[in-house]
Order: sequence, then C-alpha cells, then structure tokens
Amino acid sequence: MRVGELDLEHLQQRLASTGLKVSMGPFTVSIRSTTLSGLIDPLRYLYHDYVICGESEISDYHVRVAPPSNIRRWIHPQVQFLMDGNSPFRPFPARLAFPLLEWGINWCIATRAHQFLLLHAAVVERRGRGIIFPAWPGHGKTTLCAALIHRGWRLFSDEFGLIRPRDGRLIPLPRLLPLKNESIAVIREFEPEAVIGPDFTKTRKGTVAHLRPPTGCIKRAGETTQAAVIVFPRWQSDVPTSLEPMPKSQAFLMAATNAFNYEMLGETAFRAITELVKTCSCYRLSYSNLDEAINVLEQVAIQGNE
Amino acid sequence: MNNATHLSKTAQELLLRAVRSPDIMASFSEREWDLLLRVGRRTRLLARLAIMLHESGDVARIPTRAAAILEGVHVYANKREQMMRWELNRLCWALRETHTPLILLKGAAYLMAELPPALGRIAADVDILIPENKLDIVEETLKQKGWKATKLSPYDQRYYRTWMHELPPLRHIEREIEVDIHHTILPRTSRLQPNAELLLQDARITDDPMLATLSRTDIVLHSAVHLFYDSDMANQLRDLVDLDDLLKHFGEDPTFWPQLLSRSERLGVGRPLFYTLRYTQRILGTKVPEAVALEINATTPNPFALFLMDWLVPRGLLPDHPDFPRVSTGLARWLLYLRSHWLRMPPLLLARHLSYKAVLPLIEWLRSRKRPGRAASERV
Repeated sequence: MRVGELDLEHLQQRLASTGLKVSMGPFTVSIRSTTLSGLIDPLRYLYHDYVICGESEISDYHVRVAPPSNIRRWIHPQVQFLMDGNSPFRPFPARLAFPLLEWGINWCIATRAHQFLLLHAAVVERRGRGIIFPAWPGHGKTTLCAALIHRGWRLFSDEFGLIRPRDGRLIPLPRLLPLKNESIAVIREFEPEAVIGPDFTKTRKGTVAHLRPPTGCIKRAGETTQAAVIVFPRWQSDVPTSLEPMPKSQAFLMAATNAFNYEMLGETAFRAITELVKTCSCYRLSYSNLDEAINVLEQVAIQGNE
Repeated sequence: MNNATHLSKTAQELLLRAVRSPDIMASFSEREWDLLLRVGRRTRLLARLAIMLHESGDVARIPTRAAAILEGVHVYANKREQMMRWELNRLCWALRETHTPLILLKGAAYLMAELPPALGRIAADVDILIPENKLDIVEETLKQKGWKATKLSPYDQRYYRTWMHELPPLRHIEREIEVDIHHTILPRTSRLQPNAELLLQDARITDDPMLATLSRTDIVLHSAVHLFYDSDMANQLRDLVDLDDLLKHFGEDPTFWPQLLSRSERLGVGRPLFYTLRYTQRILGTKVPEAVALEINATTPNPFALFLMDWLVPRGLLPDHPDFPRVSTGLARWLLYLRSHWLRMPPLLLARHLSYKAVLPLIEWLRSRKRPGRAASERV
C-alpha cells in the first residue's frame, strides 16, 4: 500500500498513533506527528508514491515532529524534530514542519547508517550503469540530478551516495529532492510536469521546495547497481560546458574528504573508495546550461570505460 | 495496570531478557526487535548486544533489518573504541614528562585492563584520577599541548574548581573526546568522603608504565559510588550491567568477596555497595554469596529510605516505552535528580546551584535573542 492510497483521516490517525511507517530505499522510517496543518498536506502530496510498511515491521528511525512544550506554543508557534524522544536540533517555526521532517530524516541517516559508506553525492543510473556526482553544497548537484531524472535517468539519491561495503554496490535511496532558491524556477521551466511541493520561504537555506521523484524511481528502489562513472559537477553562470578527465588520485581524495562517514568506517571506507575509483572513469564537469550538460553526460553513459 | 504501564513493563522485560540471556534474541519477532532496538539504544546497551550477536553467530538468525541496524551500531562502537585508545595514547605522550601515572577510571580502565564491561561500551569521555598535588602541572601541560577547557562560563569554572572532584573538562582542539581529570572520586562537598590516598596507594600499573587502574575491589566500589552517589540514574542500566559484569568476573575468585566487604568499610562506602548488591541481584539476577549478602545487610538504610529506593531505582535505571513515557517515571527521575544533588552538596550550596541552573535557560534565551536567526542555524 502506498501513502497516496490512504485517505486523509487514516493518514492523520496513523501519524497521531502508531506512526506512519514509510519505506525509503534500504530504510524504514516511522513518522509520528501531532496535527500540524503545515505538515500533513505536503506529506500527503509528496509522499504519494512511497510504500507503507506493515505495522509490526522494524523501523530504522522513529521520528516525531511536534510542538515543544513551552509557552512559545501561543506566541510564535514552533515545532521540533525528535528522534526516539531526543531533539538533535533547536525548534523551527511551525510553518517549516515539513522541511524540518525532511532535514531530520537526513540527519538520522547521516549520523546512524554506518552499515553503509555514505558519500556526499548525487547518484543516478543510466543504461544499467551507476553515475556518481560528488559535490559540495552550492555546486548544483541537486539541480542537475532533478533535471536528469526527468530525462529518463533513474534516481538513486541527490544527497547520499550509499555504497554497501560488502560488495561495493550502489543502493538507491530515492528521497524527495529539496530544490533551493533559483533552482525551483529552473526545474519548473525545464520540466513543467515535475511534481513540486509548496515553497517554504525564509529557511536557513533560503526558499526550499521539494521535488517528488518520478514514480518509477520510487518503485525500483530495491534494485541496486554497479558504479561506472564519477563526475564532479560544478555549475557556474556563463561558462561553456566542458567535461575533462580527472586523475584518479584526485578523485579519490575528493570523494573521501567529502563523504559523511569516511573516518567512522576507517579502513572499510578506504578500501571501498579505492575500489570505486579504480573501476570508474572520473571526470570534472563545468556547465551553465542543463540541456548541454545532459547531452555530454549521455555520451559518457553510452561510452564504456576509457 | 494502565496501557502506558503495561507497554513500559513489556519494553523493560524485553531489554532485561536480552541483556541477561543474549541467546534469547535469536527468537525475537520483528515487533520485539523494533522495540528492543529503541530501548537498547536509549540505555547505551545496543552496541554490546550487537557484538554479542556477532560473536555468537546469532546475527545470521535475526531479522535482516535488525542485523543491518546493529551493523551500523557495531561500526560506531569500534570507532569510539579506537578514539578512546588514541586519546589515551596522546595523553601518555603529553604527560610523560610530568612523571604522573594516570589512573584510569570506568570505561578507559575496562578497555585497557580488558575487563568484561568494555564490550561495546561507548564512552563519551576519558576519566582519569591523579594525586591532587599534580593537578596544576597536568592541567598546565595539557593546555600547552592543545587541550582546551570545554566549559568556559565563569560560573562553571568556579563551580568545578571550588566544589567538584575534577578539573573543568578538557578537550583537544582536534578531537571529540572529553578528558575529565579527577583528584578523588566524589565531589569535595559530597556526603561520602572516601579517602583518595587509599585508592592511589593500591592502584596497579598496566603494561604501559604511564597507565594504571584501581585495584579490583576499588574498581567495583568506584563504579558503585558513581552510580548510586554521583548520578541521577536516568536510563543508566548500562552502569548496573558494568557492575554485574565486574562482580561476575572478579567474584570467580572466592577471596574477592571478603576483600570487597572490608575495603568498602575502610573507604566508608558500604551503602553504595549495599545498593549495588541489592539491585544487581534484583534487576540482573547477579549471584552474590549468601554470607556476603548477610554481612552487607549491616549497612541497610532505614526501612523508609529502603522502601523509597526500591521504588525509585528501577524507575530511574530502566527505560519506559519510548512512545508512552509514564508520569510516575518522570516523578521518580525528578526525585533521583534532587537526591543526586542532595548527596553532592550541603543544602545552602545546593539551593544556590539549583537556582542558578533554573535561571540559566532564561539567560541563554535572552542571549540568543540578541543573535537573530540562531534557532534555525543548526547544520543538518
């Protein structure tokens, strides 16, 4: 059963009682919440295609979004994110309940999922081949990823490059894509059919709107793949599109220093990234035009290894 | 029994069954695992359970999702252990010139002396005991070599230096582990005043001449004092499990028990030992020789105090169901919090300290008002 098949009343009831257990790639997240108008509508719209797990199934994360119990309840209403009853960050204004939930779940994954190597990267698949885009915030990996998945590429993640250390496979984690500021209009224009939630203004990162991945990406969340290409993208205004091969030693350093839990995994992470860089072709991409960038990346996806 | 009570009892029984007989975890259902993972994490026992399952091979017989989550926990525990060993390595390096052997307490001692409680024990800090006359040189040396005080408010600094049994915590600028340097095992103002000299005299040097541990009786007594006289016990089942492990381990040698009793008398910590034996037996089923149990009864508190402690201690140590916390647990924990402060300091000082702590949130709130946008600035 998917979230979209649940009527509003039942959805609210689950959130308020035993929790809504949602499958997100390899993780199951149990979400509980008090009745918050700012949360339920975007959740219902954007989580439409996600699978609801059985009530007795094990959850990786038990999270809750609720107003803190203090007098601010009546002045500037706030919400806080709780994981197993602990609040890892300060309360947000109540109107940001949904972005808070999304950030909170990312925080859970980044701080807990050490059974995986967590690259800080967008990952997509084209013609059965995994392509990893490690990048720093602001370099446009979410925007590029949003564009690619509306041109037939399969979304793994826009944020977490999940690698299973045992066999080096890439694991899909198709979560919502948080588009920021100008990217929102860029993607709306690029793909008018894109399913995008409401604009949340004045967040820490400016305006944020969440993009729902195409249904197929969510349905195929169980299918892993092998990494074939690593591309370090960088969006800059008014630069010509250029794709250059990158030395593997440099690719190793960039992927390792940018990972969420490289130090946590230690030797395991060193071996996994070494293997990854050895088997992948590595490039650096500069672009300002999304269509041109996609054309270049199509070429890369078609070619075999160098 | 109302619903919250019933659910919390179920959660506690589940956790205790797993801790007392780890083999039983192989038969837990998905629903039971979902709950065990939560209460195990809350009580800092999950890494221990993960490693036990890994070593017994039972990890292959539990639900896949539970095994995956435990794998993540296991990786984290290994990393913390490595960080602890490295911190100790760096402390030895930094302090060699001071010729002060570092007596390791709690987690660090269990790890370096290879004692059973070290298994999956995730410690946030390194606790060290040194003679009081060495405090200045050790603090000075560490500060020269990159460690910095983590509590900087003048109130905290004065509080530690005047009333506490340790220096204000230090942390190396490049690392996460906090270093707590003690000169005795309880605050200067505490009800109990075990003689630190005696502890220092009996300390045992480890393979590394810079590192020492307390004697085996003192390891147990320190752990007992820490849990029952210097903490509020909230979700501290882990500390009771440490004591159970230590008693089982040292208690195999029959000469240990009489030594433990006479040492507790000598140090004046009979009462914490009484509580230790009472609650390890009651909650974890620890075997204590009958003669020892009889003898320790000499330190029984008055019937009212004992009745109260029997009500409070399990409510402090054991976690409620995470989704259904009970009011009675809240009350018990509040009383245990007051008790821990009451034992730590005389009434006037306590009143001053608690009133300061009560207005602290207000001061912080006023400060944060001056820096707009702070509330949403946490990195995600």
